[in-house]
Amino acid sequence: MPRRVAVTGLGVLSPLGVGVDANWRALCAGESGIGPITRFDTTDFPVKIAGEVRDFDPTRWLAKRELRQMDVFIHYAIACAAMAVEQAGLDREPPEAERYGVYVGAGLGGITTIESTIASLREKGPRHGISPYFVPALIINLAGGQISIRHKCKGPNMGHVSACATGAHAIGEAARVIAYGEADVMIAGGSESTVTPVSIGGFASARALSTRNDEPTRASRPFTASRDGFVLSEGAGILVLEAWEHAKARGAEILAELVGYGRNADAYHVTLPSPDGEGAQRCMRLALADAGLAPEAIGYINAHGTSTAADSIETKAVRGVFGKHADGGLVVSSTKSMTGHLLGAAGSFEAAVSILALREGIIPPTINLDDPDPACDLDYVPHRARELSVEYAMSNSFGFGGTNAALIFRGVR
Amino acid sequence: MSASEIETKIREIICDQLDVGAEDVDASKSFTEDLGADSLAIVELVLALEENFDIKIPDDEVDQIRTVGDAIKYISDRSRG
Repeated sequence: MPRRVAVTGLGVLSPLGVGVDANWRALCAGESGIGPITRFDTTDFPVKIAGEVRDFDPTRWLAKRELRQMDVFIHYAIACAAMAVEQAGLDREPPEAERYGVYVGAGLGGITTIESTIASLREKGPRHGISPYFVPALIINLAGGQISIRHKCKGPNMGHVSACATGAHAIGEAARVIAYGEADVMIAGGSESTVTPVSIGGFASARALSTRNDEPTRASRPFTASRDGFVLSEGAGILVLEAWEHAKARGAEILAELVGYGRNADAYHVTLPSPDGEGAQRCMRLALADAGLAPEAIGYINAHGTSTAADSIETKAVRGVFGKHADGGLVVSSTKSMTGHLLGAAGSFEAAVSILALREGIIPPTINLDDPDPACDLDYVPHRARELSVEYAMSNSFGFGGTNAALIFRGVR
Repeated sequence: MSASEIETKIREIICDQLDVGAEDVDASKSFTEDLGADSLAIVELVLALEENFDIKIPDDEVDQIRTVGDAIKYISDRSRG
């Protein structure tokens, strides 16, 4: 019998702010975190907007000398892990360290470090142009490695990589580790920081990004007829998952229960979803089956909803799985309308958002939904947050390569 | 650069690289034992010294530089005056 999985800590960071309180307040207020790119000169770039993390002081969590030893995505991961661990009230020296693990991934990882190192290699040559920290600064599993060193977690440790589904996969796989009895506590999620010339340029070259440069806060507009691509953004979302009985035994506050997880592949195309969202439908059904729930039990879906053509496919997929319930009380919102797309961190950030929605009885809105696409015809909670008490929420994440993840949480209040 | 200028500069580089205070960089202090450096931090320190003093410290001589005093002596002996 699989063990139950509790969520006991949340750590989030996004263009909306640092920490749960700042993010939740902004999400409920329907604020956008998108603005002009400040990290590099965008003169020759078709895309000049992004969701940059602001007001983040890494020295709250890292010594000054450590900053240059790690890419920014690792700074974000360490900060969010520390916030989640603090909320969970875990011991600084876990009594059974080998029962504590870390699954934290990223989509692109240390691309900032790669780009700056290529520049310094050209300028200074190989001896002085490449830091001895270059490799450990950029490789994706070092986020989890650094977290394990800081929090003394000697159990399973991996960095998951599945594009925009990374954070959700890391959480789902970590939950499996707990359910299977191989660990009691897992720090899990995703982190990303890729507001760089090559990353923005690469996604722009694939025509994936919005070019609504004159209206940054209106650029991420999922489910509208005028949507023209996603807005690249950065941040992290890290959860503390814990065996239910372990959390109970130590008197921890349980925020939610992770009751269902599905993951699969479209096996169709590198960037396009399969027709009618066939892969996404199977994925949502897998999560429902894992939870032992009928579709009608789900009250809220935090959609993948990136503000791309795929929004209408996700809509079709939801209709395929939820049938009449899709018009009968199910609410769906895309918080990417406010945060932009955190790529590898999106799934875990949105898992945290889903848990907060369950706990607070408030559904964060889809902002900018001024001109709904006729092919996107669900209740997307337009413009304003809605007070609504639901028991179960699903969070969808779909990634390049046709990889899918769906998580289902039960709120615990 | 005078001997004392070289020494001052070396202490500055060590403080900056290892993020330690000036009061911690006595000549007797070991980089690994006292100042918290690991093998990668030593490499970074050596490269910073090379850049600042325009010298090359071969890998097989890095082992000679274990303390603040070792670094001052090594650089002073080789630095162009």
